[in-house]
Amino acid sequence: MQIVLFHLMPYADLDLAEGRKNGTVWVTLPNRNFDPEKGHRLYNRYLDELEYGEQLGFDVLAVNEHHQTAYGLMPSPIVTASALARRTKKCKLAILGSALPLRAHPMMVAEEHAMIDVISGGRLISGFVRGIGAEYHTFGVNPTFSHDRFHEAHDLIVRAWTEPGPFSFHGHHYRVRYVNLWPRPYQKPHPPIWIPSQGSTETIDWASHPDRRYTYLQTFSPAKVVQRYLKQYRDTCTNYGYSCEDRQLGWAVPVYVGETDQSARAEAKQHFEAFRNVYVRMPLEMLLPPGYTSRESLKNVMKAKAQMFGDVTLEQALELGLFVCGSAETVVRAFEGYWRDLRFGNLLVLCQFGTLPADLTRANMERFARGVMPRLKALS
Amino acid sequence: MPFTDHYLELYGCRTHYRRGGKGEPLVFLHGAGGMPLVLPFMEQLAQRFDVIVPDHPGYGQSDEPEWLENIHDIAYFYLDFLAHLKLERVVLVGNSMGGWMAMEIAVRNTARIASLVLVSPAGIAAPGAEPADIFLLSPEDTVRQLFHDPRYAEERLAIPVTPEAIDLGLKNRHTTARLAWEPRLHDPMLPKWLHRIDVPVAIVWGKEDRLLPVGIAHELKRLLPRAELKIFERCGHLPQVEKADEFCDLVVRFACR
Repeated sequence: MQIVLFHLMPYADLDLAEGRKNGTVWVTLPNRNFDPEKGHRLYNRYLDELEYGEQLGFDVLAVNEHHQTAYGLMPSPIVTASALARRTKKCKLAILGSALPLRAHPMMVAEEHAMIDVISGGRLISGFVRGIGAEYHTFGVNPTFSHDRFHEAHDLIVRAWTEPGPFSFHGHHYRVRYVNLWPRPYQKPHPPIWIPSQGSTETIDWASHPDRRYTYLQTFSPAKVVQRYLKQYRDTCTNYGYSCEDRQLGWAVPVYVGETDQSARAEAKQHFEAFRNVYVRMPLEMLLPPGYTSRESLKNVMKAKAQMFGDVTLEQALELGLFVCGSAETVVRAFEGYWRDLRFGNLLVLCQFGTLPADLTRANMERFARGVMPRLKALS
Repeated sequence: MPFTDHYLELYGCRTHYRRGGKGEPLVFLHGAGGMPLVLPFMEQLAQRFDVIVPDHPGYGQSDEPEWLENIHDIAYFYLDFLAHLKLERVVLVGNSMGGWMAMEIAVRNTARIASLVLVSPAGIAAPGAEPADIFLLSPEDTVRQLFHDPRYAEERLAIPVTPEAIDLGLKNRHTTARLAWEPRLHDPMLPKWLHRIDVPVAIVWGKEDRLLPVGIAHELKRLLPRAELKIFERCGHLPQVEKADEFCDLVVRFACR
């Protein structure tokens, strides 16, 4: 199993009461709540944590993209991945991902990812996402064209990476007279592409298609939901007439390893609950603007609204498998159990979440790397 | 005066419209919420006009055609709709999104249009008059923002929500997003061409409109200097509902002068 250290870089110094009062830390939380001096310390702390991940033996360091939110301070994962490209030597670097429909032009994504791939000597993993619903509010990009723009941008990027230029591209949303990428990516035919998702049949059908076979990552979902979608991905591969490789599946989940189960829970509780109940929270209308999902999915979310939008305690989260927390032994056993069921080849662990401070984050990473990671890497 | 249901197939879009009354044709273009019912103002207008109330493509009982991508598609569709029904000397009335459509139609061609009544229309932006963010309001809050007099909102919210109504609501919301998400509820190019509207125009607004503030009415009047502007006191975004009698009187007087 390949182990990925994933960071969201939240604004951990947030006044949680302000976040609560506003109802969400996305889109509308006034940016007077962001203190640039605290931000300076946080960015450097978080980059140090990711770099430390290489020393501890993680296989991949992963960053992602979110806009105008205290949930994550990486409007451009290109910036953080670039910094890591120069400060690390062995680890792969995953951008999970670039929000294609939100970017003014996919050529910029093709160029920037190619740059990082070339600078890092072929260590880039490219992730493509649509951006979450809230980001269609912040950017003004029309969510009813989100899927179309995503697919067209993807096609343009992959062609720009792989086909000899110059050639012209005539899409419905993007038109380019000269596609002629400088630099071309380091990896042949192009960097691996991962698709993070909250789970949708359409995404699974598309990512698993024999022409693509992209790694599908189920992010921050209850274990039962992870199980359902990873199984659906495997079944879809079988229906396409090939056997799914483990490397095509991944699960992203927050993790906390303590000395004992009890101390782990005590240390993680307030920080996990801040993550789940303050940083993640947003109203339905913000999360799912029209067209972002099918209307059938939207209705399912409306039905599950009370459950999805209410507070979740650490204990409930452990029950649901939204969070993995305990002694190293407990965490190993939990992941071994999930792995036997799901056979995912990539585990993405979020060792910092919500307000988790630097000392606990480092201790968590060290215990994970020492007591958990070697046994999970041996699984295959 | 009974309204009857009709369907017209145009460009692969099965289009539903209600029609009732006798007289000169009056086409009413509904707003973002659609027009699921025959409302009292429609009945009232039908005493003087041949009233035609279509569900726009993408709304209500009309199809959602693939070709529908922006407000301009709607404008060309309706020019053909008027031609298809052989309507002449039409009184074109539009509220909110429908008012925006009426302007987009009229800047293109007024050959079949006698006059225009713009009822708190979307379509233009005005400095300092920021519309409410209808895409962040919950369905319940949207209803509350529609009216000045809360009794109208309470009445509407008391209607039990059926699964069909939820489906219709999501469909209407989807099409509104497609047409009006960005630029939000307006077309920045429209003011350039408003001078092409060469028929009489009345602008009607509720002074307490909380969705499209009345400041937009004054900007529209500036852009259409010959238009007649009527602002209803103690009235929200739907003057045709909240001030139905005065609204219908105004339409009759304006259109029949």
